[in-house]
Amino acid sequence: MLSVNIRKTYSAGPAASFQLQISEEFAPGFTVIFGPSGAGKSTLLDCIAGLAAPEEGVIRLADDVLFDAAQRISLTPQERGMGYVFQSLALFPHLTVEQNIAFGIERKTRTEQKKRIDRVLAAFRIQGLAGRKPGKLSGGEKQRVALARSLVTEPRVLLLDEPLTGLDAGLRKALLEDLREWNSANQVPILYVTHNREEVDALGERVVALLDGHVRESGLPRAVLDAPRSVALAQAAGFENLLAGRVVEERAADGVMRVALEGEHGELEVPLGFAEPGDAVEIAIRAGDILLAREAPHGLSARNVIPGTVEKLETRGAIAVVTVNAGVKFLVNVTPGAARSLELRPQLPVWLVVKTHSCHLVNRH
Amino acid sequence: MNAEALLLSLRLAGTVSVVLLILSLPLAYWLSFTRWRGKFLIESIIALPLVLPPTVLGFYALLALGPRGAIGRFWQALSGHSLAFTFAGLVIASLVYSLPFAVQPLVASFEGLDRRLLDAAAVLGASRARAFFRVILPLAWPGVITAGVLSFAHTLGEFGVVLMVGGNLAGITRTISIDIYDRVQALDYAGAHQTALLLLLISFVVLSIVYGVNRRIWSPWPKR
Repeated sequence: MLSVNIRKTYSAGPAASFQLQISEEFAPGFTVIFGPSGAGKSTLLDCIAGLAAPEEGVIRLADDVLFDAAQRISLTPQERGMGYVFQSLALFPHLTVEQNIAFGIERKTRTEQKKRIDRVLAAFRIQGLAGRKPGKLSGGEKQRVALARSLVTEPRVLLLDEPLTGLDAGLRKALLEDLREWNSANQVPILYVTHNREEVDALGERVVALLDGHVRESGLPRAVLDAPRSVALAQAAGFENLLAGRVVEERAADGVMRVALEGEHGELEVPLGFAEPGDAVEIAIRAGDILLAREAPHGLSARNVIPGTVEKLETRGAIAVVTVNAGVKFLVNVTPGAARSLELRPQLPVWLVVKTHSCHLVNRH
Repeated sequence: MNAEALLLSLRLAGTVSVVLLILSLPLAYWLSFTRWRGKFLIESIIALPLVLPPTVLGFYALLALGPRGAIGRFWQALSGHSLAFTFAGLVIASLVYSLPFAVQPLVASFEGLDRRLLDAAAVLGASRARAFFRVILPLAWPGVITAGVLSFAHTLGEFGVVLMVGGNLAGITRTISIDIYDRVQALDYAGAHQTALLLLLISFVVLSIVYGVNRRIWSPWPKR
Protein backbone atom coordinates (compact mmCIF):
# COMPACT_ATOMS: atom_id res chain seq x y z
CA MET A 1 0.00 0.00 0.00
CA LEU A 2 1.35 3.40 -1.03
CA SER A 3 -0.04 6.29 0.94
CA VAL A 4 0.45 9.84 -0.27
CA ASN A 5 -0.54 12.88 1.70
CA ILE A 6 1.22 15.93 0.32
CA ARG A 7 1.03 19.55 -0.72
CA LYS A 8 3.20 20.88 -3.52
CA THR A 9 3.17 24.11 -5.52
CA TYR A 10 3.75 23.55 -9.20
CA SER A 11 3.55 25.64 -12.32
CA ALA A 12 1.58 24.80 -15.41
CA GLY A 13 2.76 27.18 -18.07
CA PRO A 14 4.64 30.41 -17.53
CA ALA A 15 2.13 32.42 -15.50
CA ALA A 16 0.05 29.77 -13.78
CA SER A 17 0.97 28.36 -10.40
CA PHE A 18 -1.13 25.66 -8.76
CA GLN A 19 -1.24 23.70 -5.56
CA LEU A 20 -1.24 19.96 -5.68
CA GLN A 21 -3.06 18.79 -2.60
CA ILE A 22 -3.72 15.11 -2.37
CA SER A 23 -4.40 12.49 0.23
CA GLU A 24 -4.81 9.06 -1.31
CA GLU A 25 -3.98 5.43 -0.69
CA PHE A 26 -2.89 3.31 -3.61
CA ALA A 27 -3.46 -0.40 -3.23
CA PRO A 28 -1.61 -3.06 -5.25
CA GLY A 29 -2.98 -3.15 -8.79
CA PHE A 30 -3.96 -0.34 -11.12
CA THR A 31 -5.13 3.09 -10.11
CA VAL A 32 -5.83 5.45 -12.98
CA ILE A 33 -4.98 9.09 -12.36
CA PHE A 34 -7.17 10.95 -14.79
CA GLY A 35 -7.11 14.67 -15.49
CA PRO A 36 -6.49 17.28 -18.17
CA SER A 37 -2.98 18.57 -18.79
CA GLY A 38 -1.88 20.91 -16.04
CA ALA A 39 -3.89 19.03 -13.42
CA GLY A 40 -0.74 18.07 -11.53
CA LYS A 41 -0.54 14.44 -12.60
CA SER A 42 3.15 14.43 -13.51
CA THR A 43 3.96 16.52 -10.44
CA LEU A 44 2.32 13.85 -8.30
CA LEU A 45 4.42 11.10 -9.89
CA ASP A 46 7.61 13.18 -9.57
CA CYS A 47 6.92 13.68 -5.85
CA ILE A 48 6.39 9.96 -5.33
CA ALA A 49 9.54 9.09 -7.28
CA GLY A 50 11.63 11.62 -5.33
CA LEU A 51 12.32 13.85 -8.33
CA ALA A 52 10.39 16.72 -6.75
CA ALA A 53 10.00 17.61 -3.10
CA PRO A 54 6.59 18.51 -1.67
CA GLU A 55 6.40 21.45 0.72
CA GLU A 56 4.40 19.50 3.23
CA GLY A 57 3.25 16.01 3.94
CA VAL A 58 4.20 12.38 4.12
CA ILE A 59 4.71 9.63 1.56
CA ARG A 60 4.77 6.11 2.91
CA LEU A 61 5.17 2.74 1.27
CA ALA A 62 3.96 -0.05 3.56
CA ASP A 63 5.95 0.69 6.75
CA ASP A 64 8.72 2.70 5.07
CA VAL A 65 8.66 6.48 5.20
CA LEU A 66 9.86 7.75 1.83
CA PHE A 67 9.20 11.39 2.58
CA ASP A 68 8.25 13.35 5.65
CA ALA A 69 8.50 17.13 5.47
CA ALA A 70 8.12 17.63 9.23
CA GLN A 71 10.94 15.19 10.02
CA ARG A 72 13.03 16.31 7.06
CA ILE A 73 13.13 12.82 5.65
CA SER A 74 13.39 12.53 1.90
CA LEU A 75 14.84 9.42 0.32
CA THR A 76 16.64 9.98 -2.96
CA PRO A 77 15.14 8.55 -6.14
CA GLN A 78 17.95 5.99 -6.07
CA GLU A 79 16.84 4.76 -2.64
CA ARG A 80 13.12 4.59 -3.34
CA GLY A 81 13.14 1.61 -5.68
CA MET A 82 10.37 2.81 -7.94
CA GLY A 83 9.70 2.11 -11.57
CA TYR A 84 8.87 5.22 -13.54
CA VAL A 85 7.94 5.29 -17.21
CA PHE A 86 8.05 8.88 -18.35
CA GLN A 87 5.74 10.40 -20.90
CA SER A 88 8.75 10.94 -23.16
CA LEU A 89 9.90 7.40 -22.22
CA ALA A 90 13.46 8.75 -21.76
CA LEU A 91 15.20 5.74 -23.26
CA PHE A 92 18.96 6.25 -23.39
CA PRO A 93 19.50 6.92 -27.09
CA HIS A 94 23.15 5.81 -27.12
CA LEU A 95 22.48 2.41 -25.54
CA THR A 96 20.92 -0.65 -27.14
CA VAL A 97 17.62 -2.04 -25.93
CA GLU A 98 19.46 -4.65 -23.88
CA GLN A 99 21.82 -2.07 -22.36
CA ASN A 100 18.88 0.18 -21.57
CA ILE A 101 17.14 -2.65 -19.76
CA ALA A 102 20.33 -3.68 -17.95
CA PHE A 103 20.98 -0.10 -16.75
CA GLY A 104 19.03 -0.50 -13.52
CA ILE A 105 20.37 -3.93 -12.55
CA GLU A 106 24.09 -3.58 -13.19
CA ARG A 107 24.91 -4.33 -9.57
CA LYS A 108 23.47 -7.82 -9.94
CA THR A 109 25.61 -10.77 -10.99
CA ARG A 110 25.96 -11.52 -14.68
CA THR A 111 23.82 -14.63 -14.49
CA GLU A 112 21.09 -12.86 -12.53
CA GLN A 113 21.14 -9.98 -15.05
CA LYS A 114 20.89 -12.38 -17.95
CA LYS A 115 18.03 -14.27 -16.32
CA ARG A 116 16.02 -11.15 -15.57
CA ILE A 117 16.62 -9.56 -18.97
CA ASP A 118 15.59 -12.69 -20.81
CA ARG A 119 12.45 -12.95 -18.73
CA VAL A 120 11.39 -9.34 -19.27
CA LEU A 121 12.25 -9.41 -22.98
CA ALA A 122 9.98 -12.42 -23.31
CA ALA A 123 7.20 -10.95 -21.16
CA PHE A 124 7.02 -7.87 -23.35
CA ARG A 125 7.73 -9.71 -26.61
CA ILE A 126 10.79 -7.70 -27.56
CA GLN A 127 13.41 -10.46 -27.77
CA GLY A 128 14.14 -9.54 -31.38
CA LEU A 129 15.00 -5.95 -30.52
CA ALA A 130 17.73 -6.55 -27.91
CA GLY A 131 20.57 -5.25 -30.08
CA ARG A 132 18.81 -2.21 -31.50
CA LYS A 133 19.13 1.41 -30.46
CA PRO A 134 15.96 3.33 -29.51
CA GLY A 135 16.22 5.46 -32.65
CA LYS A 136 15.48 2.36 -34.71
CA LEU A 137 12.30 1.40 -32.85
CA SER A 138 8.65 2.16 -33.56
CA GLY A 139 6.57 4.05 -31.00
CA GLY A 140 4.97 0.90 -29.65
CA GLU A 141 8.31 -0.90 -29.40
CA LYS A 142 9.81 2.01 -27.47
CA GLN A 143 6.92 1.89 -25.03
CA ARG A 144 7.50 -1.82 -24.49
CA VAL A 145 11.22 -1.26 -23.91
CA ALA A 146 10.54 1.56 -21.45
CA LEU A 147 8.16 -0.66 -19.49
CA ALA A 148 10.64 -3.53 -19.54
CA ARG A 149 13.45 -1.27 -18.33
CA SER A 150 11.36 -0.19 -15.33
CA LEU A 151 10.03 -3.62 -14.48
CA VAL A 152 13.30 -5.51 -14.68
CA THR A 153 14.39 -3.78 -11.46
CA GLU A 154 11.38 -5.32 -9.70
CA PRO A 155 10.15 -1.96 -8.42
CA ARG A 156 7.94 -1.65 -5.38
CA VAL A 157 5.69 0.86 -7.13
CA LEU A 158 5.18 1.43 -10.83
CA LEU A 159 4.55 4.99 -12.02
CA LEU A 160 3.31 5.30 -15.58
CA ASP A 161 2.98 8.76 -17.12
CA GLU A 162 0.80 8.40 -20.21
CA PRO A 163 2.83 5.37 -21.23
CA LEU A 164 0.58 4.27 -24.07
CA THR A 165 -0.37 7.52 -25.79
CA GLY A 166 -0.23 7.31 -29.53
CA LEU A 167 -0.75 3.56 -29.65
CA ASP A 168 -3.75 2.26 -31.52
CA ALA A 169 -6.39 0.45 -29.51
CA GLY A 170 -5.21 -3.06 -30.46
CA LEU A 171 -1.57 -2.50 -29.49
CA ARG A 172 -2.62 -0.77 -26.32
CA LYS A 173 -4.80 -3.68 -25.31
CA ALA A 174 -2.04 -6.20 -25.96
CA LEU A 175 0.47 -4.19 -23.93
CA LEU A 176 -1.96 -3.71 -21.05
CA GLU A 177 -2.58 -7.43 -20.96
CA ASP A 178 1.16 -8.10 -20.75
CA LEU A 179 1.38 -5.57 -17.94
CA ARG A 180 -1.54 -7.12 -16.04
CA GLU A 181 -0.01 -10.55 -16.47
CA TRP A 182 3.27 -9.27 -15.03
CA ASN A 183 1.57 -7.64 -12.08
CA SER A 184 -0.52 -10.67 -11.22
CA ALA A 185 2.72 -12.18 -9.96
CA ASN A 186 4.23 -9.04 -8.43
CA GLN A 187 1.22 -7.26 -6.93
CA VAL A 188 2.60 -3.73 -6.67
CA PRO A 189 0.66 -0.47 -6.84
CA ILE A 190 0.57 0.82 -10.42
CA LEU A 191 -0.27 4.50 -10.85
CA TYR A 192 -1.37 4.99 -14.40
CA VAL A 193 -1.63 8.63 -15.48
CA THR A 194 -3.68 9.59 -18.50
CA HIS A 195 -5.78 12.40 -19.90
CA ASN A 196 -7.39 10.07 -22.39
CA ARG A 197 -10.95 8.97 -21.74
CA GLU A 198 -10.59 5.88 -23.94
CA GLU A 199 -7.65 4.61 -21.94
CA VAL A 200 -9.64 4.93 -18.74
CA ASP A 201 -12.41 2.85 -20.27
CA ALA A 202 -9.94 0.31 -21.61
CA LEU A 203 -8.38 -0.15 -18.18
CA GLY A 204 -11.67 -0.28 -16.30
CA GLU A 205 -9.93 0.15 -12.97
CA ARG A 206 -10.35 2.57 -10.08
CA VAL A 207 -10.02 6.19 -11.24
CA VAL A 208 -8.83 9.19 -9.30
CA ALA A 209 -9.91 12.34 -11.12
CA LEU A 210 -7.43 15.17 -10.60
CA LEU A 211 -8.25 18.78 -11.49
CA ASP A 212 -6.12 21.82 -10.72
CA GLY A 213 -4.14 19.80 -8.23
CA HIS A 214 -7.12 18.46 -6.28
CA VAL A 215 -8.84 15.10 -6.31
CA ARG A 216 -12.37 15.79 -7.50
CA GLU A 217 -13.70 12.29 -7.45
CA SER A 218 -12.55 8.73 -7.23
CA GLY A 219 -14.18 5.42 -7.92
CA LEU A 220 -14.94 3.18 -10.86
CA PRO A 221 -14.73 4.82 -14.29
CA ARG A 222 -18.48 4.47 -14.88
CA ALA A 223 -19.27 6.38 -11.73
CA VAL A 224 -16.57 9.02 -12.12
CA LEU A 225 -16.45 9.75 -15.81
CA ASP A 226 -19.80 8.67 -17.23
CA ALA A 227 -21.63 10.76 -14.69
CA PRO A 228 -19.19 13.51 -13.79
CA ARG A 229 -20.39 15.65 -10.96
CA SER A 230 -18.62 18.89 -11.82
CA VAL A 231 -18.37 21.05 -14.93
CA ALA A 232 -14.59 20.98 -15.01
CA LEU A 233 -14.54 17.20 -14.77
CA ALA A 234 -17.23 16.89 -17.42
CA GLN A 235 -15.07 18.97 -19.75
CA ALA A 236 -12.05 16.86 -18.98
CA ALA A 237 -14.03 13.68 -19.49
CA GLY A 238 -14.98 14.78 -22.98
CA PHE A 239 -18.54 16.04 -22.64
CA GLU A 240 -18.72 18.47 -25.52
CA ASN A 241 -22.06 20.03 -24.55
CA LEU A 242 -22.49 21.81 -21.24
CA LEU A 243 -25.79 23.65 -20.94
CA ALA A 244 -26.79 25.95 -18.12
CA GLY A 245 -30.35 25.70 -16.86
CA ARG A 246 -32.73 25.65 -13.91
CA VAL A 247 -34.75 22.75 -12.52
CA VAL A 248 -38.42 23.57 -13.02
CA GLU A 249 -40.18 20.37 -12.05
CA GLU A 250 -39.44 17.05 -10.41
CA ARG A 251 -41.41 13.93 -11.37
CA ALA A 252 -40.24 11.52 -8.74
CA ALA A 253 -42.55 8.75 -9.92
CA ASP A 254 -40.97 8.76 -13.40
CA GLY A 255 -37.47 9.30 -12.00
CA VAL A 256 -36.97 12.45 -14.06
CA MET A 257 -36.78 16.22 -13.77
CA ARG A 258 -37.48 18.96 -16.25
CA VAL A 259 -34.76 21.54 -16.69
CA ALA A 260 -35.40 24.87 -18.45
CA LEU A 261 -32.34 25.93 -20.42
CA GLU A 262 -31.00 29.37 -19.70
CA GLY A 263 -32.41 32.14 -21.91
CA GLU A 264 -35.79 30.50 -22.54
CA HIS A 265 -34.37 28.09 -25.08
CA GLY A 266 -36.57 25.15 -24.34
CA GLU A 267 -36.48 22.33 -21.86
CA LEU A 268 -34.67 19.06 -21.32
CA GLU A 269 -35.89 16.01 -19.45
CA VAL A 270 -33.07 14.62 -17.35
CA PRO A 271 -32.75 11.82 -14.77
CA LEU A 272 -33.47 12.69 -11.15
CA GLY A 273 -30.34 14.00 -9.52
CA PHE A 274 -28.99 15.90 -6.60
CA ALA A 275 -30.80 19.14 -7.51
CA GLU A 276 -34.25 20.37 -6.55
CA PRO A 277 -36.74 22.62 -8.32
CA GLY A 278 -35.36 26.16 -8.50
CA ASP A 279 -31.69 25.04 -8.46
CA ALA A 280 -29.31 26.26 -11.13
CA VAL A 281 -27.62 23.27 -12.75
CA GLU A 282 -25.49 22.31 -15.74
CA ILE A 283 -26.38 19.51 -18.07
CA ALA A 284 -23.54 17.60 -19.74
CA ILE A 285 -24.24 15.75 -22.98
CA ARG A 286 -21.77 13.93 -25.17
CA ALA A 287 -21.76 15.02 -28.80
CA GLY A 288 -21.95 11.37 -29.75
CA ASP A 289 -25.12 10.78 -27.72
CA ILE A 290 -27.27 13.18 -29.77
CA LEU A 291 -29.20 12.05 -32.86
CA LEU A 292 -30.01 14.29 -35.82
CA ALA A 293 -33.24 14.13 -37.87
CA ARG A 294 -34.16 16.02 -41.04
CA GLU A 295 -37.86 15.86 -40.32
CA ALA A 296 -39.74 16.30 -37.08
CA PRO A 297 -39.47 12.83 -35.56
CA HIS A 298 -42.47 11.15 -33.92
CA GLY A 299 -43.16 7.85 -32.25
CA LEU A 300 -39.81 7.95 -30.44
CA SER A 301 -38.97 6.75 -26.97
CA ALA A 302 -36.50 9.60 -26.59
CA ARG A 303 -38.05 12.39 -24.60
CA ASN A 304 -36.01 15.37 -25.77
CA VAL A 305 -36.65 16.59 -29.32
CA ILE A 306 -35.37 20.08 -30.04
CA PRO A 307 -35.64 21.97 -33.37
CA GLY A 308 -32.66 23.93 -34.64
CA THR A 309 -30.60 24.79 -37.74
CA VAL A 310 -27.22 23.55 -38.86
CA GLU A 311 -24.65 26.25 -38.44
CA LYS A 312 -21.37 24.56 -39.29
CA LEU A 313 -20.12 21.19 -40.47
CA GLU A 314 -16.55 20.03 -39.89
CA THR A 315 -14.97 16.69 -40.59
CA ARG A 316 -12.38 15.54 -38.03
CA GLY A 317 -11.00 12.20 -39.02
CA ALA A 318 -13.78 9.64 -38.95
CA ILE A 319 -16.24 12.01 -37.30
CA ALA A 320 -18.33 14.85 -38.71
CA VAL A 321 -18.89 17.49 -36.06
CA VAL A 322 -22.12 19.41 -36.63
CA THR A 323 -22.82 22.65 -34.81
CA VAL A 324 -26.56 23.10 -34.41
CA ASN A 325 -28.14 26.35 -33.26
CA ALA A 326 -31.23 25.66 -31.20
CA GLY A 327 -31.17 28.93 -29.30
CA VAL A 328 -28.16 27.49 -27.52
CA LYS A 329 -25.46 25.78 -29.56
CA PHE A 330 -25.15 22.01 -29.58
CA LEU A 331 -22.24 19.97 -30.90
CA VAL A 332 -23.32 16.70 -32.50
CA ASN A 333 -21.03 13.93 -33.76
CA VAL A 334 -22.20 11.87 -36.70
CA THR A 335 -20.33 9.65 -39.15
CA PRO A 336 -19.25 11.31 -42.43
CA GLY A 337 -21.56 8.84 -44.19
CA ALA A 338 -24.54 10.00 -42.16
CA ALA A 339 -23.63 13.64 -42.85
CA ARG A 340 -23.66 12.85 -46.59
CA SER A 341 -26.91 10.89 -46.66
CA LEU A 342 -28.69 13.57 -44.59
CA GLU A 343 -27.16 16.16 -46.95
CA LEU A 344 -26.22 18.26 -43.96
CA ARG A 345 -25.26 21.81 -44.82
CA PRO A 346 -25.40 25.19 -43.10
CA GLN A 347 -28.91 26.72 -42.75
CA LEU A 348 -30.58 23.29 -42.96
CA PRO A 349 -33.37 22.88 -40.37
CA VAL A 350 -32.87 19.76 -38.23
CA TRP A 351 -34.21 18.16 -35.06
CA LEU A 352 -31.98 17.09 -32.18
CA VAL A 353 -32.98 13.93 -30.34
CA VAL A 354 -31.52 13.25 -26.88
CA LYS A 355 -32.41 10.40 -24.55
CA THR A 356 -33.16 11.37 -20.99
CA HIS A 357 -30.32 9.24 -19.67
CA SER A 358 -27.79 10.82 -22.01
CA CYS A 359 -28.26 14.05 -20.05
CA HIS A 360 -26.01 14.24 -17.01
CA LEU A 361 -26.54 16.63 -14.19
CA VAL A 362 -23.31 18.30 -13.01
CA ASN A 363 -22.39 20.82 -10.34
CA ARG A 364 -21.40 24.29 -11.44
CA HIS A 365 -18.21 24.06 -9.38
CA MET B 1 60.00 27.47 -40.95
CA ASN B 2 60.96 27.23 -37.33
CA ALA B 3 60.23 23.59 -36.38
CA GLU B 4 61.26 24.19 -32.80
CA ALA B 5 58.65 26.93 -32.37
CA LEU B 6 55.99 24.82 -34.06
CA LEU B 7 56.68 21.82 -31.83
CA LEU B 8 56.64 24.02 -28.75
CA SER B 9 53.28 25.49 -29.75
CA LEU B 10 51.82 22.04 -30.39
CA ARG B 11 53.12 20.80 -27.04
CA LEU B 12 51.66 23.82 -25.27
CA ALA B 13 48.29 23.54 -27.03
CA GLY B 14 48.12 19.80 -26.40
CA THR B 15 48.93 20.11 -22.71
CA VAL B 16 46.54 22.99 -22.23
CA SER B 17 43.60 21.34 -23.98
CA VAL B 18 43.98 18.07 -22.06
CA VAL B 19 44.30 19.81 -18.68
CA LEU B 20 41.46 22.17 -19.58
CA LEU B 21 39.13 19.31 -20.41
CA ILE B 22 39.82 17.69 -17.06
CA LEU B 23 39.19 20.97 -15.23
CA SER B 24 36.23 22.07 -17.36
CA LEU B 25 34.14 18.91 -17.15
CA PRO B 26 33.30 19.28 -13.44
CA LEU B 27 33.06 23.07 -13.77
CA ALA B 28 30.66 22.84 -16.72
CA TYR B 29 28.66 20.14 -14.93
CA TRP B 30 28.27 22.38 -11.93
CA LEU B 31 27.32 25.41 -14.07
CA SER B 32 24.76 23.39 -15.98
CA PHE B 33 23.00 21.86 -13.01
CA THR B 34 23.37 24.31 -10.12
CA ARG B 35 20.36 26.34 -9.06
CA TRP B 36 22.54 28.88 -7.32
CA ARG B 37 21.41 32.35 -8.32
CA GLY B 38 24.87 33.84 -8.28
CA LYS B 39 26.19 31.54 -10.97
CA PHE B 40 26.19 34.37 -13.52
CA LEU B 41 29.13 35.83 -11.60
CA ILE B 42 31.15 32.67 -12.15
CA GLU B 43 30.05 32.63 -15.78
CA SER B 44 31.27 36.22 -16.20
CA ILE B 45 34.64 35.40 -14.67
CA ILE B 46 35.06 32.40 -16.96
CA ALA B 47 34.09 34.46 -20.00
CA LEU B 48 36.44 37.36 -19.14
CA PRO B 49 39.29 36.19 -21.39
CA LEU B 50 36.91 36.49 -24.34
CA VAL B 51 36.79 40.26 -24.01
CA LEU B 52 39.95 41.12 -22.06
CA PRO B 53 42.91 42.30 -24.17
CA PRO B 54 45.47 39.45 -24.04
CA THR B 55 48.13 41.87 -22.85
CA VAL B 56 46.00 42.76 -19.83
CA LEU B 57 45.47 39.11 -19.04
CA GLY B 58 49.16 38.45 -19.62
CA PHE B 59 50.14 41.34 -17.39
CA TYR B 60 48.12 40.04 -14.44
CA ALA B 61 49.29 36.51 -15.14
CA LEU B 62 52.88 37.75 -15.01
CA LEU B 63 52.23 39.43 -11.66
CA ALA B 64 50.57 36.31 -10.25
CA LEU B 65 53.21 33.93 -11.57
CA GLY B 66 56.21 36.12 -10.75
CA PRO B 67 58.28 35.62 -7.59
CA ARG B 68 56.04 38.05 -5.65
CA GLY B 69 52.72 36.69 -6.91
CA ALA B 70 50.70 34.11 -4.96
CA ILE B 71 51.07 31.31 -7.50
CA GLY B 72 54.68 32.21 -8.21
CA ARG B 73 55.63 32.15 -4.53
CA PHE B 74 53.92 28.83 -4.02
CA TRP B 75 55.68 27.36 -7.05
CA GLN B 76 59.04 28.74 -5.93
CA ALA B 77 58.64 27.22 -2.46
CA LEU B 78 57.79 23.95 -4.13
CA SER B 79 60.36 23.77 -6.93
CA GLY B 80 62.96 26.39 -6.12
CA HIS B 81 62.59 28.47 -9.30
CA SER B 82 60.23 31.06 -10.73
CA LEU B 83 57.26 30.36 -12.99
CA ALA B 84 57.57 33.45 -15.14
CA PHE B 85 59.31 32.91 -18.48
CA THR B 86 58.96 29.12 -18.22
CA PHE B 87 56.88 26.58 -20.10
CA ALA B 88 54.88 25.73 -16.95
CA GLY B 89 54.04 29.41 -16.55
CA LEU B 90 52.84 29.51 -20.13
CA VAL B 91 50.60 26.50 -19.51
CA ILE B 92 49.01 28.12 -16.46
CA ALA B 93 48.38 31.44 -18.20
CA SER B 94 47.02 29.66 -21.26
CA LEU B 95 44.63 27.64 -19.11
CA VAL B 96 42.99 30.87 -18.02
CA TYR B 97 43.14 32.35 -21.50
CA SER B 98 41.40 29.39 -23.18
CA LEU B 99 39.05 28.47 -20.32
CA PRO B 100 35.86 29.88 -21.91
CA PHE B 101 36.54 27.95 -25.11
CA ALA B 102 36.44 24.70 -23.16
CA VAL B 103 33.68 25.51 -20.69
CA GLN B 104 31.12 27.11 -22.97
CA PRO B 105 30.71 24.23 -25.48
CA LEU B 106 30.49 21.78 -22.58
CA VAL B 107 27.82 23.82 -20.80
CA ALA B 108 25.89 24.17 -24.06
CA SER B 109 25.93 20.43 -24.66
CA PHE B 110 25.08 19.55 -21.03
CA GLU B 111 22.20 22.00 -20.99
CA GLY B 112 20.93 20.60 -24.27
CA LEU B 113 20.48 17.15 -22.73
CA ASP B 114 16.99 15.91 -22.00
CA ARG B 115 16.68 16.21 -18.21
CA ARG B 116 14.28 13.30 -18.16
CA LEU B 117 17.20 11.04 -19.13
CA LEU B 118 18.93 12.04 -15.91
CA ASP B 119 15.71 11.53 -13.96
CA ALA B 120 15.45 8.09 -15.53
CA ALA B 121 19.02 7.28 -14.52
CA ALA B 122 18.33 8.40 -10.93
CA VAL B 123 15.12 6.39 -10.65
CA LEU B 124 16.97 3.35 -12.01
CA GLY B 125 19.40 3.71 -9.12
CA ALA B 126 22.39 5.31 -10.82
CA SER B 127 24.56 7.56 -8.65
CA ARG B 128 25.44 11.00 -9.99
CA ALA B 129 28.89 9.82 -10.98
CA ARG B 130 27.49 6.84 -12.86
CA ALA B 131 24.89 9.00 -14.57
CA PHE B 132 27.69 11.37 -15.59
CA PHE B 133 29.90 8.70 -17.13
CA ARG B 134 27.17 6.48 -18.56
CA VAL B 135 24.61 9.02 -19.75
CA ILE B 136 25.83 12.62 -19.78
CA LEU B 137 29.31 12.19 -21.19
CA PRO B 138 28.43 9.79 -24.03
CA LEU B 139 25.56 12.02 -25.11
CA ALA B 140 27.58 15.22 -24.81
CA TRP B 141 30.58 13.99 -26.80
CA PRO B 142 30.18 16.56 -29.61
CA GLY B 143 30.53 19.21 -26.91
CA VAL B 144 33.61 17.49 -25.48
CA ILE B 145 35.28 17.31 -28.89
CA THR B 146 34.35 20.91 -29.63
CA ALA B 147 35.77 22.02 -26.28
CA GLY B 148 39.04 20.14 -26.86
CA VAL B 149 39.50 21.29 -30.42
CA LEU B 150 38.63 24.93 -29.76
CA SER B 151 40.92 25.25 -26.74
CA PHE B 152 43.70 23.58 -28.73
CA ALA B 153 43.31 26.00 -31.64
CA HIS B 154 42.91 29.03 -29.42
CA THR B 155 46.06 28.21 -27.45
CA LEU B 156 48.01 27.48 -30.62
CA GLY B 157 47.48 30.99 -31.90
CA GLU B 158 47.91 32.99 -28.72
CA PHE B 159 50.39 35.84 -28.81
CA GLY B 160 49.84 38.60 -26.28
CA VAL B 161 49.66 36.41 -23.22
CA VAL B 162 52.70 34.39 -24.26
CA LEU B 163 54.74 37.47 -24.87
CA MET B 164 53.89 38.94 -21.47
CA VAL B 165 54.31 35.76 -19.43
CA GLY B 166 56.86 33.82 -21.42
CA GLY B 167 58.85 36.38 -23.26
CA ASN B 168 60.74 35.11 -26.26
CA LEU B 169 63.10 32.30 -25.23
CA ALA B 170 63.93 29.91 -28.06
CA GLY B 171 62.78 26.35 -27.27
CA ILE B 172 61.13 27.38 -23.99
CA THR B 173 58.58 30.06 -24.68
CA ARG B 174 59.06 31.10 -28.30
CA THR B 175 55.81 29.82 -29.80
CA ILE B 176 54.87 29.89 -33.42
CA SER B 177 53.03 33.23 -33.26
CA ILE B 178 56.03 34.86 -31.64
CA ASP B 179 58.17 33.34 -34.36
CA ILE B 180 56.03 35.00 -37.02
CA TYR B 181 56.35 38.32 -35.22
CA ASP B 182 60.13 37.90 -35.01
CA ARG B 183 60.39 37.16 -38.70
CA VAL B 184 58.33 40.17 -39.69
CA GLN B 185 60.51 42.34 -37.45
CA ALA B 186 63.55 40.92 -39.23
CA LEU B 187 61.88 41.56 -42.62
CA ASP B 188 61.90 37.79 -43.35
CA TYR B 189 58.50 37.94 -45.05
CA ALA B 190 58.92 34.61 -46.85
CA GLY B 191 59.55 32.77 -43.56
CA ALA B 192 56.68 34.56 -41.85
CA HIS B 193 54.43 33.70 -44.74
CA GLN B 194 55.16 29.96 -44.51
CA THR B 195 54.39 29.83 -40.82
CA ALA B 196 51.33 32.05 -41.05
CA LEU B 197 49.91 29.91 -43.84
CA LEU B 198 50.38 26.82 -41.71
CA LEU B 199 48.48 28.42 -38.82
CA LEU B 200 45.73 29.46 -41.20
CA LEU B 201 45.39 25.89 -42.46
CA ILE B 202 45.33 24.45 -38.95
CA SER B 203 42.63 26.93 -37.90
CA PHE B 204 40.53 26.02 -40.93
CA VAL B 205 40.83 22.29 -40.28
CA VAL B 206 39.98 22.78 -36.62
CA LEU B 207 36.84 24.77 -37.34
CA SER B 208 35.80 22.24 -39.98
CA ILE B 209 36.04 19.53 -37.36
CA VAL B 210 33.95 21.56 -34.92
CA TYR B 211 31.20 22.29 -37.42
CA GLY B 212 31.37 18.85 -38.90
CA VAL B 213 30.86 17.25 -35.51
CA ASN B 214 28.02 19.44 -34.43
CA ARG B 215 27.14 22.94 -35.51
CA ARG B 216 24.67 23.53 -32.71
CA ILE B 217 27.20 23.58 -29.90
CA TRP B 218 29.32 26.62 -30.63
CA SER B 219 28.43 28.60 -33.63
CA PRO B 220 28.75 32.24 -34.56
CA TRP B 221 26.38 31.48 -37.43
CA PRO B 222 22.63 31.85 -37.07
CA LYS B 223 20.78 28.60 -36.52
CA ARG B 224 18.98 27.21 -39.52
